[in-house]
Amino acid sequence: MTDLRELYQEVILDHNKRPRNYGALTDATHHAVGHNPLCGDRITVHLRVDDGIVTEVKFEGSGCAISTASASLMTEALKGRTLEDARRVFDTFHSLVTGKACPGGAAAELGKLAALSGVCDYPVRVKCATLAWHTFVAATQDKTPKVVSTE
Amino acid sequence: MVPLTTQTAAGQTRPALDPREVRKDFPILATSVRGRPLVYLDNAATTQKPQCVIDALVGYYSSLNANIHRGVHTLSQLATDRYEAVRETVRAFINAESTTEIVFARGATEAINLVASCLAQGRLKVGDEVVITAMEHHSNIVPWQMACAATGAVLRVAPINDAGEVIWDEYVALLNSRTRIVAVTHISNALGTVNPVARMTEAAHAAGALVLVDGAQSAPHLRVDVRALNCDFFVFSGHKVFGPTGIGVLYGRRELLEELPPYQGGGDMISYVTFERTTYNELPYKFEAGTPNIAGTIGLGAALDYVSAVGLDRIAAWETELLDYATVRMSGVDGVRIIGTAGEKASVLSFMLKGVHPHDIGTIMDGEGIAIRTGHHCAQPVMDRFGIPATARASLAFYNTKEEIDCLAEGVRKVFEVFS
Repeated sequence: MTDLRELYQEVILDHNKRPRNYGALTDATHHAVGHNPLCGDRITVHLRVDDGIVTEVKFEGSGCAISTASASLMTEALKGRTLEDARRVFDTFHSLVTGKACPGGAAAELGKLAALSGVCDYPVRVKCATLAWHTFVAATQDKTPKVVSTE
Repeated sequence: MVPLTTQTAAGQTRPALDPREVRKDFPILATSVRGRPLVYLDNAATTQKPQCVIDALVGYYSSLNANIHRGVHTLSQLATDRYEAVRETVRAFINAESTTEIVFARGATEAINLVASCLAQGRLKVGDEVVITAMEHHSNIVPWQMACAATGAVLRVAPINDAGEVIWDEYVALLNSRTRIVAVTHISNALGTVNPVARMTEAAHAAGALVLVDGAQSAPHLRVDVRALNCDFFVFSGHKVFGPTGIGVLYGRRELLEELPPYQGGGDMISYVTFERTTYNELPYKFEAGTPNIAGTIGLGAALDYVSAVGLDRIAAWETELLDYATVRMSGVDGVRIIGTAGEKASVLSFMLKGVHPHDIGTIMDGEGIAIRTGHHCAQPVMDRFGIPATARASLAFYNTKEEIDCLAEGVRKVFEVFS
């Protein structure tokens, strides 16, 4: 059973208080809006993709600490990756937060994202942790603004 | 502490309610959550059940289960008697005049839908007005929106002030000769506001309108007398008054229920059926189609008997003391802003914590074994009115203790520290 200290650990609290890559992005090539109607989290993800590589990523919006921290950590994880690579990281991250993957094994690949491994013990909060990623995926699917909902 | 006493209706003095004693009647209150003793503060969402209610449900299925009404065999007769006895229990609980005015439904939501739908079928016309308040639960908004959409009637909303109270003059100003019905909550589930429903009913009647009172949150917390309130309809849910889920009550004045068309068609609500013509059953059966939630009804009866035995006056007295204590404790926690500060409140303490999203509060409280609710509480317009996405809400019942409030306050204080 995850101790709450493991869910709301320093990395999460830090990224919630000082989210990285927060704001609008001029010259974005992709963006999408995601929202979680159950708790009111709302996120916009902006991407700049050059030759299949994520060169710039920013996010805006408001939500709970889990969704904000996850979005912030995501932007750090995405920068410099190919879209294909990014999708793979998402799949691993998703397995981690839904309890399907062993945190130890995933940590190497996920780096700081593994800080969210505690979410798997709080199933109601999984959607908070994955909102930014689902929004990212929606953004990559075409170039027009898209809206995804967790419901 | 000098024990307080309360006067019973019969004028006798009973010792004040001791939550530590009544808790023993509720088996779930002894469980643990995430390794901590359960601190259950989500009573506005649903209440816990005393052993006697659990026993009533088990007892029904173990020794009494049979379909009711018109059965010739013994079990059916016994089940029918037990079921119908609850109708009288409910009548007495809310001081209705007759059991013909007590309709069983799935809950308060279904009861409101019944009234709205039946009114829409006969009484509501284009340009008629339906008045609700800005503090209603979705269940006392959406059925009226649907009725208005179906009939061309117009929905008017009585605004609330920053304390979460109906603004009296603005409410009265909404009432006119086109107002057909006023639907108002007795106690707000999001804000805890106790509305002056008797006064509101008087004003509505003076304008020629009917009144439906949503008693989902009031039935568990204060003595309801539908004749003293003089409302035309009153609804409440069993699971919020220590009974099972899937059962609720619509009280409706007999003359009104006689006039209204039926809600659902089917078995039991009929008198005589041919393919050419069907006649409907008398009240209240006209509004009870199909096999009802027999077990749930019997469980409801046990719950109301239990509550009556504990005594609603004692319950109200303890809860008032507890809510006052909780309000003081929580107001003293850094960063806490209480939402819903009406002069008259019951049970509910909705709050925000500076810089912390309600869902994070809720998860951290859960980690401490504390059950509160976070979100819009099926009252999105209330959230919009206060310009907030959601609140964290603690809602009390008579089995809660001051120690549990201390846990809550301490937990919230820790959350604030961790996040700042």
